[in-house]
Amino acid sequence: MKWRYFKQNLFFVTVRLSAFIIALSIGAFLVYIFMNGIGAVNWDFLTLPPRDSMTKGGIMPAILGTFYLTAGAIIIALPLGVVSAIYLSEYAKQGPVIRLIRIGINCLAGVPSVVFGLFGLGLFVVFLQFGSCILSGALTLGFLILPTIIGASEEALKGVPQTFREASLGLGVSKWQTILRIVLPNALPGILTGSILGIGRAAGETAPIMFTAAAFFTAKLPTSIFDEVMALPYHVYVLATAGTHIEETRPIQYGTILVLVALVSGIDLIAIIMRSYIRKKKRW
Amino acid sequence: MTRKLKEKIIKNIFFLLSLVSIFVLGLIVVFLFKEGFPIFKVVSVREFIFGLEWYPTYDPPSFGIWSLIVGSLVVTFFASLIAVPLGVLSAIYVAEIAPPLVKEIFKPVIELLAGLPSVVLGFFGMAVLAPWLQNTFGLPTGLNILNASIMLSIMAVPTISSISEDAIYSVSQEFKEASYALGATKFETIARVVVPAALSGISTAVILGMARAIGETMVVLMVAGGAAAIPESIFDSVRPMPASIAAEMGEAPFRSNHYYALFATGIVLFFMTLFFNLIADYISNKFKQVGSATL
Amino acid sequence: MVTLLSDNIIEIKKVNFYYGASKALTDVTMDFKKNKVTALIGPSGCGKSTLLRLLNRMNDLIDGTRVEGEVVFEDRNIYDPDVDPVEIRRRIGMVFQKPNPFPKSIFNNITYGPKLGGVKNRSELEALVEQSLKQASLWNEVKDILNQSAMMLSGGQQQRICIARALAMKPDVLLMDEPTSALDPVSTAKIEELIEELKKKYTIIIVTHNMQQAARISDYTGFFYLGKLIEYNPTEKLFTTPDVKQTEEYITGRFG
Repeated sequence: MKWRYFKQNLFFVTVRLSAFIIALSIGAFLVYIFMNGIGAVNWDFLTLPPRDSMTKGGIMPAILGTFYLTAGAIIIALPLGVVSAIYLSEYAKQGPVIRLIRIGINCLAGVPSVVFGLFGLGLFVVFLQFGSCILSGALTLGFLILPTIIGASEEALKGVPQTFREASLGLGVSKWQTILRIVLPNALPGILTGSILGIGRAAGETAPIMFTAAAFFTAKLPTSIFDEVMALPYHVYVLATAGTHIEETRPIQYGTILVLVALVSGIDLIAIIMRSYIRKKKRW
Repeated sequence: MTRKLKEKIIKNIFFLLSLVSIFVLGLIVVFLFKEGFPIFKVVSVREFIFGLEWYPTYDPPSFGIWSLIVGSLVVTFFASLIAVPLGVLSAIYVAEIAPPLVKEIFKPVIELLAGLPSVVLGFFGMAVLAPWLQNTFGLPTGLNILNASIMLSIMAVPTISSISEDAIYSVSQEFKEASYALGATKFETIARVVVPAALSGISTAVILGMARAIGETMVVLMVAGGAAAIPESIFDSVRPMPASIAAEMGEAPFRSNHYYALFATGIVLFFMTLFFNLIADYISNKFKQVGSATL
Repeated sequence: MVTLLSDNIIEIKKVNFYYGASKALTDVTMDFKKNKVTALIGPSGCGKSTLLRLLNRMNDLIDGTRVEGEVVFEDRNIYDPDVDPVEIRRRIGMVFQKPNPFPKSIFNNITYGPKLGGVKNRSELEALVEQSLKQASLWNEVKDILNQSAMMLSGGQQQRICIARALAMKPDVLLMDEPTSALDPVSTAKIEELIEELKKKYTIIIVTHNMQQAARISDYTGFFYLGKLIEYNPTEKLFTTPDVKQTEEYITGRFG
C-alpha cells in the first residue's frame, strides 16, 4: 500500500510541476515584456509615426494598420463562418458530404500561416492584381481565422437546447424562422466570444501579411483598401532583424511588443471573461 | 414564393456557403501549384526534394531543399520532446487533479499562451534565450536547434494541453467510479482507466501539436539560425522550410526560379501538415469516444 | 461500538451529509445486519443513493461534500482521518446503476482490482476469474470469450460482469445502487436470483426505486424521505404493517 501511494505522490508532483512550469513561463514572459516595454510606451509613442529610419518616434501607423487588417479579416470571416456553422449544426445530416466539409475545415485550420501568405500572394496580390494592400491582407487573414469562427459558432449553436427548437417548430414556425428568431439570438454571445478569439489570432499573425499587405515603412496613412500598411507584428520583426540599429532600437522594440501583447492578450482576455460570464448566467 | 420553396432556397445557399472552407483549401492547392510548378522545369522533383544544396541565388543556382526539410523535422522532433510531456501531464493535472479554482485559472492561462503572437516568442528567443544559450554553453551562436525547439514547444503546448484535456475530461465518470469502487488509488485509476480511454484524443492532440510546430514560421525564422545544412548537433543552426520561405520571398524576383522554388517549398510544407492533419482526423474519428466504447 | 454478540456489520451513527450548503442527509442512524439483504427505498432525491455511497466513501470523489457523524465498520469509524478510503473500498464493493464495465477484455475487467491489490500469479488470477464469474452465474456464458471486450456483451451480462468484478475483490459487503434499473425484465430476474444466492456469503445493501423488488429480495428495508430515515424494519413488516403513516402512503403509491 505504501508503495502504491509513493507512486501516486511521485506522479502528482510531476503533473503539478508541469502545470507549474507552463504557468511560470507565461507569467515570467508577460512580466518581462511589461518591465522592458513600459518605459518606451507613452502618448507620443502611440500617436506619432516613426522617424529617423525608425530609430525614434512612435508606432501609430502600425497600430492603425493592424486595426484595419483585423477589422477586414473579421468582416470577411464572421458571416462566412456563422453561415457555415449554421449549415453544419442545423441543416446538415450525417453523410459523406458533411464528413468532407469537416475534414476540409480541419485541414484549413492546420494550414501553416506562411502557406496562407503564399496563397494570398498568388491569388490576391498577383492573380487578382490587388497588389500588396489592406484588402489582400484582410482576405488572407480572414480565411486563416475562418475555421476558428466556424468552430466557435458551431459550439455556441450546439449549446442551444434542443427543446427551444422543438418548442418553436411545434408552434408551426418554419425552420429558418426558428433559426433566425430562437437559435441565433441564444447562440449569439457564444459566437461573439469565439469571434473575439479569432480577432486576437488575426491581430498577432505575421507570416500571412508579410507578402500580402505589410509595408516595411510608410510615412503616409492608408487612404483606401488598396494601400499598403504597416502592422504591429511585422514592425516587431522588422525592427528586431532588419536594421543596422538593432541594439539601439531595443526600447522601441520592447515598446512595440508590449503594445502588441497587450492588444492580443487583452482581446483574448475579454473573450475569456465574456465566456465565463455567459456560462455562469446561462439560464438553461 | 411559397414558404417551402423559400426554406429550400435558404438551405441550399447555406450549403453552398459552407463549402467555402473546402473551396479555399482547393484554391490554396491550385495557387501553390500554379506558382510553384514551373521550378520542376528546371530541376526534377527528386533533385528538388532530396538535393542537398540550397543556393537559390548563386550562378548557377541549386534548388535542393533536403536540408530545409531535415531542419523542419529536427526542430519539430525536439520541440515535441519538450511539449508532449508538458502538454499531456498538465492536461491530466487540469482535468483530474487540480482543485476547481486552479482549474479556472489555468485554462485561461493556456488560452493566453495559445494566443501569444509567434513573432513575440521569436523575439524572446532572439533577444533573451539566444545570448543566454551562447554564454552558458560557449557557442558561436545561440540561434540554433535547441533555441528554436524550446520556443516552438511553447507554441505547441497549448494545442496539446487543451485537446488532451478535452479528451481526458470526457472519459465517462462511470469508468472512474468503477475503478475507485474496486479499491484503485487515484493514480492507478488515471494510469489504467482514464488515460487508456482518452488515448485517441491524446494522440490527436500530439499530432496536431506537432503539425503546429512544423508549420510555425516566425519562431524558426528568427531563432533557428538560418543555416541551410544538415545539422550535426542540437547546437547547430538550421533553416526550416517556413523560415526559408518567409526570409527569401521578399528578395526573390517575381516569377524567377527562386520564387517558383519557394512556392514549391510551400507545396511540400502544405502536404506535410495536411498529412499530419488527416492522420489526426482519422484517429479521432476511428477511435471516437462514443460514450463507453473505446479501446 | 460493536459487541461480539452483535451481528451488525456496519453501524451508522447520527450521520449528516452536505453537498456544499445543501443538506442531503439528516441525523441518520441505522445498522446493517451481516449476511442479510437490506433495501433502501424512497422517492428520487430522498438521499438513499447518497447514503449508499457514504458507506464506501464514494462521495469523497465529489468536491465540496462533508460528513458528520460516524460510519462504523469493523470497530472503526471509516471517516476517521487515518482511514484510507482505498482500503475501505476494497472491503466494501459497489455495483452501479448503469453497467460500467471497462473498455477492456472480460478477463481484464475481472482482474483489474486483484492485480492492483498485488495478485500477479497468472494461474491465481485465472482461478479468481472463474470463481467470480461462477458466483455471478456468468461463467457458462462467457468462459470461451474471456479475451473479448466486455463492451460486446448485453446490458444484463455487463451488469453481471460488474458484479463478478466486485466479487473478485472478495469484499465483505456489496453495495448495489439500483443495479437493475437499466435492464430488461429477464436480466432483472437473473440479477435478483443472483442476489438471493450471494447473500449466503456477502452482506448486501441495495438501493432500489422498485418496491416489488425490495419486497421480493430483501430481509430489511429502510424508507427514506427528504434526507431522513423515516422507517427501518424487517421487510415483511414494513410492507404489511408499517409503523409510520408516511411509509404506508409511499408503499401504497399515494406519493413519490
